[in-house]
Parts: sequence; structure tokens; C-alpha cells
Amino acid sequence: MYRYDEFDHAFVSSRVEQFRDQVERRLSGELAEDAFKPLRLMNGVYLQLHAYMLRVAIPYGTLSSRQMRMLAHIARKYDRGYGHFTTRQNIQYNWPRLSDTPDILEELASVEMHALQTSGNCIRNVTADHFAGAAADEVADPRPYAEILRQWSSVHPEFSFLPRKFKIAVTGAERDRAAIQVHDIGLHLKKDENGRIGFAVYVGGGQGRTPMIAKKIRDFLPEEDLLSYTTAIMRVYNLHGRRDNKYKARIKILVHETGAEELSRQVEVEFAALKDTELKLPEADIQAISTYFAPPALEPRAEGWESLARWKKTDPEFSRWVHQNVQPHKHPDYGMVTISLKPIGGIPGDATDMQMEAVADIAEEYAFDEIRVSHEQNLILPHVALADLEPIYRALVVAGLATANAGLITDIIACPGLDYCALANARSIPVAQEISTRFGAPERQAEIGELKIKISGCINACGHHHVGHIGLLGVEKKGAELYQITLGGSGDENTSIGEIIGRGFEPEKVTDAIETIVDTYLGLRNDKSETFLEAYRRVGPQPFKDALYGGSAQEAA
Amino acid sequence: MVNKVLTANRLSDGISVWLDASGNWVESLQQAFIARHAEAVTALEATGKLAFDDNKVVDVNVVDVEEVNGTLRPLRMRERIRAEGPSIPYAAGYNGLAGPNFAA
Repeated sequence: MYRYDEFDHAFVSSRVEQFRDQVERRLSGELAEDAFKPLRLMNGVYLQLHAYMLRVAIPYGTLSSRQMRMLAHIARKYDRGYGHFTTRQNIQYNWPRLSDTPDILEELASVEMHALQTSGNCIRNVTADHFAGAAADEVADPRPYAEILRQWSSVHPEFSFLPRKFKIAVTGAERDRAAIQVHDIGLHLKKDENGRIGFAVYVGGGQGRTPMIAKKIRDFLPEEDLLSYTTAIMRVYNLHGRRDNKYKARIKILVHETGAEELSRQVEVEFAALKDTELKLPEADIQAISTYFAPPALEPRAEGWESLARWKKTDPEFSRWVHQNVQPHKHPDYGMVTISLKPIGGIPGDATDMQMEAVADIAEEYAFDEIRVSHEQNLILPHVALADLEPIYRALVVAGLATANAGLITDIIACPGLDYCALANARSIPVAQEISTRFGAPERQAEIGELKIKISGCINACGHHHVGHIGLLGVEKKGAELYQITLGGSGDENTSIGEIIGRGFEPEKVTDAIETIVDTYLGLRNDKSETFLEAYRRVGPQPFKDALYGGSAQEAA
Repeated sequence: MVNKVLTANRLSDGISVWLDASGNWVESLQQAFIARHAEAVTALEATGKLAFDDNKVVDVNVVDVEEVNGTLRPLRMRERIRAEGPSIPYAAGYNGLAGPNFAA
């Protein structure tokens, strides 16, 4: 993985000292809140309902064991013994004292981490496929390009005060696991007919109060043009993006109001002027960054096939976990392990300090010291020999991290919601917990198959409800919580925005409504191989409306 | 008139606090001073502004409450959760505070 050079170390350290001085001046009263607030936000410090919240960047979701141990240490020393992994592949701490934040940032800097650009109207943490560098279906590893974008965008003077925040995602496979079509810029790594590496470029996707699917404005952008073309997009957005209304300030609105064709034309004009400037990426630079992400030396471990078959035969729980949480690796003797942070009835994305340390230990001993955070709020060990799956599973069981539900109905995304978040209108976590508990039986989950439920506690959609196969949006109505259900959303290569199915449900009725939807699906699917999303796309919303509202158009309205 | 209390977050650690009758910022809503008439609300607002300007607290707000069986209960869910803590058990030693005053 990428290692800081001298410049990186000096830069991050200087920012820590700068922030330490700012915090001291704030606490002494020398700096007023109005002056301080933008400074703390630039360093990832928010104020939430109960306390400050610190959002720490995990670039493209990649961590070493040393870094994960530091995250555990911070949870234990400065917080309440846990952290929350987010849909942006970051981690949030819910209880840090403002007075401790400079020390936390100093400790993070010691393991090459920081909280810069995790807030504000700038280019945020660049996200990527959590299986990058390991997936069997990958064309190329997206992380070198994500790192190049990270370096280019860090405190970029021209793009530090954009009309609104800006999110870039990169995927390196046909199967989109980074939800690129609901990002401001989505980059799909591919090869052209001559085998050259480049990108299909998508612009103007996003969720929030106005969900939009990104438009493809370039079918193939050569890799050397990555920064010049991205700069061209940013310049058009910076110039024409709306600053009069924060709800219309994202690039998706600009694309919508301008039209993809005209916006593309404007980008191409900018690009023509930038194409042959210093922004052109030299091959040597791409190679230099790529060497940081070279895959580990994976020795043949063919003995794993036989032992895996034997273990699966003797332990059905282990067999279930392998079936659900281990995906094919590029190397046939290896797999990619999803460590579920969705225990049945638990809080999606939360991990205790002990669990973080357990994952760090396992990664160090068995998984080449690599850990990923997925946007679905799970952890990933991307390189694991099949021969080592059994001891890893045993260690995960001890740590309470062996839930076999990756991609199933209990693998729920949920934002912090009104239990923590100052923006939320309704709670997300208890809703997720009740649904998880209702459907927690392994046999029932297996029978239902792939089904992604995503829950947001407000219209900002941090819980990605728009792209949930079943999405739940919490709203406040007459002082009480109400949950609006959407169906048919998806955040993959066939992205779709979920459709509102009808009137909302009170908290105590939401889980029953989900069960009605699931039972309706089970009753109408062609066979077990037809997933919920496939079935919904075949039959549309009506059977679900009928089941939920008795077919009454009035009730469903 | 709906009864009101003054709430904020403490500057140094961000913890939710309420103003009590002695002018101290306390961590329990139940110890909050209750403004029962317009003049008292005006006084609360002035106190809040002063405390903000003095850099003691941030995010100062007057919120509506009712008294139910001798305990204070904010009218808005958001404020009930601020007062009672996350409604769920979330960490060792923090079992969620969906106590009797929460009553969603």
C-alpha cells in the first residue's frame, strides 16, 4: 500500500500543529465559534447531537494492521471503546473531546492517517472497489489511480471552495462494487481494443434529496489524461455550479440543468487546453504509484482445496460462512473474505476496539497485513489462502465477527440516524436491528437470497436508501418518526433509483411491512435463482403495493 | 405557553448540557430550569447568548418540554434522544438510555 514520503509526513504534521494551535485558541476564547467552525470541519471534527464527532479518512478503504491497531487505540483511549465504519469507507468516532482532537490527529499521523477533507466543500475521500487488486473479474487495480487523485486533490487551492462537496469513486471491474454511478465523478477502469488502460467517465450521479444516475461523458479516457480531464470537469463545475442554493449546488444539478451533451462539450473545451500541460500523467509516475499497490507474493497453496472441503463437511456453520462471505480471488488457491460488521440485531458498521485489534492480528498473521473497508460497512481481507480459512474463521468467531450474511437481508446499511446525527429526522439503527433480528435465522436468509436493505435517517441519504433493493427513508411527521419505503434501487453496474411504494410506516410497523414485501417476492419469483431485484424488475411495484396496501390506490398514494 | 428549557453543547467536549436554576450547565435535563412564562424565556435566551459569547457552550437552543409525572420530557424526538443518549445499547457500559423519560 501507499507509504508517505517526506513531503506527506511534513505536510500532515504541520496540519496537526496548525490545528492544535487553533483548538487552543478556541478553548481560550481567542477564536470565536463562527471563525473556528470551518477550521474544525476542515480537520474532520463535527458537532453532533451528544458530542463532537471525528471522521477519519481511510483512502479508498485500505488499511494496514498497524493502522487498524491505531484506530482501536483511539477508540479505547479517546472514545467509548468503539468506532463506526461508514458508507464512505471511513471511520467515525462519536465521543471525542474537542480538547483531545489534536492529540488524536497526532497519533493518526504517526501511522500515516489524517482527517483532512472529510468535511467541507472540497474533493472528499476517493473511494474504490473494496476487492481492488484481488478480484477475479478485475481489469486493473483502481487504487493507484485513486491515490493519484488523492494526492492531486489534497488541499488543491483551486478546488478547496467548490459550490458543494465532491465525491469520486473508481472501480476496476465490470461488476461495479464502488457504486460509481451515484458519485459526482465515477471512473470505470477498462482496456481498449489495443490493450491500453483508460476510463469510462461518468459525471453527475448522486443521492441526497435529488437522486440522479450519472451520465457517461467519455467512453474511453486514456490513463495519462486522468488529471487533466478531471481538472476540466472540476473547472466547469467550479465556474457554473450553483452557489445560490445549497440544495442545488451539486454537480448532478448542473449536469441536469445544462444537459450532459452541453456539459461534455464544455469539459472537452477545457480539456483541450489542459491535455498537454503538466497535468499529463507520465508513465513513470503511474508506475511508481502502482508499485505501492503491487499484489503480495501469493505462493501456491493448493493443499487448501482438500482441507477446505474436509472442514466444510464437518462444520456446517463454517461451510455457511465460506459460502456467503468468501469470494473468488484472482489466484485459485486464495479467496477474499468479508468480515461482517452486521451481527444479528447489532449496529451496522460498529466495531469495538477489541474487534479492530482482532482483525489487525488476523490480517497480520494470515492476510498479508491488508484490510479494506467496504462502502457496505463491512471489513475485507482481500488475500487469504483457502488453506487458512478455517483458523481465520475460528478467530473471527471468538471476536464475534463471524456472521455469515454478506449480501443477505441482514447485511443492512444504516446511517447513524437520529441516535447520533444532528441532521437526522428519524432513527436508522433500531430499525436495522429489528429487521435483522426478524430475519436472522440463517436458513431464512439463505432462502431469501441476495437482498440489500439500506436505511437513511434523513433525505441526505448517507444510508444509500435510494439504491437499496429495499430502501427505507426516515422522516419526521407531526413530531413522530415515519419510514418511507422504496423498492428496486441498485448501486451496481445497472444502477437504478428505488421507487417510492406508497405511504410511510410507523416504526412499529416497518418490520412487518418488510416481511410483507419479502413474502410477496418469495411468492412470485420464478425460482430460487431469481433475486429480489430481478423479480422486482420483472413484475414492477404493483404486486408489492397490493400486498402492502390491499390494492387500494388511495391508501398507497 | 409551552414550558421551555435552555440546552447547548459544552465547548470543550461537546457533551449535551442544560442550564439549571443556579446558572450552571448540567448534564441532566431533569435538573434544568423550566421557563414557564415569556419573561423567563427571554431571560433564558439572553443567558444562552452570554454563555455562547463567553465560549462556554455552542449550539445553544431553547426547546419545548412537558412535565409528565414529575419528569421533564422534550416534545421533539430529537431533543428526547439528546437528553437520554442514543436509544440503543452501543458500547460496553452504555446500555442505551431509552429510559422512562424517553417514551418514544
